Amino acid sequence: MTVLAIENLNVVFATEGGDLHALRDVSFKVPEQRIVGIVGESGCGKSTLINAILGLLAENGRIASGSISFEGEDLAHLDDKAIQDLRGPRLSTVFQDPMGALNPVISVGRQMRNIQYRSDLARAEKDARSIDMLRQVRIPDAAQALKRYPHEFSGGMKQRIAIAMALMMEPALLIADEPTTALDATLEVTTIELLKDLQAEIGCSVLFISHHLGVIAELCDDVVVMYAGEVVERGSTRQVFGNPSHPYTARLLDCDPARQSERTRQLPTIPGELPDLRRRPEGCIFAARCDRRMDVCAAIPPDIEVVPGHVARCFLAESQ
Amino acid sequence: MTAILEVKYLEVTFRVGPMMRRQDLLGVAGVSFDVNPGETFALVGESGSGKTTLARAVNGLQPISAGSVTFQGQRVDTLSVREMKPLRRDMAMMFQDPVGSLSPRMKVGDLVTEAFRIHRVEADLQSETERLLSLVGLTMDFAERFPHQLSGGQARRVGVARAIALNPKLVIADEPTAGLDVSVQGEVLNLLGELRERLGLAMLIITHNLHVVHHVADRMAVMYLGRFVETGPTEEVFSAPAHPYTAALLSANPEPDPDKAQDRITLPSEVPSLLARPEGCEFHTRCPWAKDKCRKVVPDATAINGRRVACHYPLDEGARPPPKKEPS
Repeated sequence: MTVLAIENLNVVFATEGGDLHALRDVSFKVPEQRIVGIVGESGCGKSTLINAILGLLAENGRIASGSISFEGEDLAHLDDKAIQDLRGPRLSTVFQDPMGALNPVISVGRQMRNIQYRSDLARAEKDARSIDMLRQVRIPDAAQALKRYPHEFSGGMKQRIAIAMALMMEPALLIADEPTTALDATLEVTTIELLKDLQAEIGCSVLFISHHLGVIAELCDDVVVMYAGEVVERGSTRQVFGNPSHPYTARLLDCDPARQSERTRQLPTIPGELPDLRRRPEGCIFAARCDRRMDVCAAIPPDIEVVPGHVARCFLAESQ
Repeated sequence: MTAILEVKYLEVTFRVGPMMRRQDLLGVAGVSFDVNPGETFALVGESGSGKTTLARAVNGLQPISAGSVTFQGQRVDTLSVREMKPLRRDMAMMFQDPVGSLSPRMKVGDLVTEAFRIHRVEADLQSETERLLSLVGLTMDFAERFPHQLSGGQARRVGVARAIALNPKLVIADEPTAGLDVSVQGEVLNLLGELRERLGLAMLIITHNLHVVHHVADRMAVMYLGRFVETGPTEEVFSAPAHPYTAALLSANPEPDPDKAQDRITLPSEVPSLLARPEGCEFHTRCPWAKDKCRKVVPDATAINGRRVACHYPLDEGARPPPKKEPS
């Protein structure tokens, strides 16, 4: 079963300089109980994508075409009220900045009770659920923690509280937008392990957005690589990282200093800059920076299936 | 070779708390190291480990409470702001936030030559702008741009140009790659490496990113709660970390390879508060190998294979697998 299926999604922002085509023909699926990672550098459209899913696009943005099917409903054509009813119980989110996600002047316990407003449980029962959830995210002394305020917790603990709140209603899909980026390396790995455990326990799917290739490799079953608003490659993490079939994926992996086990003074880079999305190039989006560019790249490349489930949008990709 | 920068037993304290319950918080707790001309020295640690405070103390931006900082043979910690100014020509600083450290109302051309005006150095500013921008790989068109018109990587290049404007001897770079995409990170590091070769710069790099350190630093120090737990040549620290914290940090770096076996050392609990430093070895509350002695006796930094390690039971030949159950 597929929890989330995005098909040929196009998102356009109206700007002073003309229409900005932020997402072009984005398609991918999040199957049940799987962790799907979205990786890409700044400006690749990761945030636009999740805002489109959550129905939180800015005023000047609109879904020009395509569909976002979530548990059988098309979010692209749902009205605000209906999306709001899904956000929380079925579709929840953890953001990058844990402090921004928690209200600083309300105790953690009250915030956790407040988000259970749809439930008919008595106050004490709601609190019991909160405590239970905090234990699951390994907050020591959970009962006491309810009385405390966000500033009394460390960054890692705040992020774990935010995760607890997001998973409290046992959603079908958790969208995690760079949840570990603001954390230190040692905390990052414990948070990832925690997410993995919770996902298995609750049985939800996770859409995990990150720019950190190592984190994606460690956590995700599938990966979607985005560049300038397009999905250039997607497939199982092992396939994509083991046999990158789009030049951008290959170059991005090369750039990660973690891949250079030998010490080097000259680190690989990707010269050039992102294209201006108001004047999106006609053909392949990566052509201007690609060192394997050919004449055919002036046309939009097809999505080529390398092996079943592993797709690359490049003329060079070959079916095996 | 005489060191260009010598730091000895440096301490920085902050007074915190309400008036009647003032407490001294030891941000940097007795740190010694030196940097040789042309050498790159990296300070590594997680947030709150005191690395930025240490860098600011070296630069004279943060008063120190004990110890000394000697730059090119001259004590700098005793100097007043005015006396410090001429020294700053030789000791440049690159701050953490690439865009935030540039004045939003100044054009790039003025930003890169600001040091000439501050230090009243006679120069043809136009040709200096050209020289500096080309050194960091930017075209002259950038001179007319404002910081908000730059990408993160370009803003970082401007920061580098500003730092090297007056041919300093030492550049202090606080998180030079933070907030940059991986494809741009490499560019900035290559640029710093190139300039270092060409201008013979010594560098003090502060970062939490170990992969960066591996490629650029000659020597490194790992900080925990304001102290050095391990110091030594980068290559050796990476191949065989001797302090458990170093080993944990190294293992906490997920690699972009799903097939890599992950023998991870996970650290239990959180970093202790600087106001309640643990007894004995300050790392014992999180150390998977901690024994009784570690809870009581403060370890001295001892020399092991050209390294200094503050641990009673340093790891030999890199990380042993941690014991399964911690005896308590």
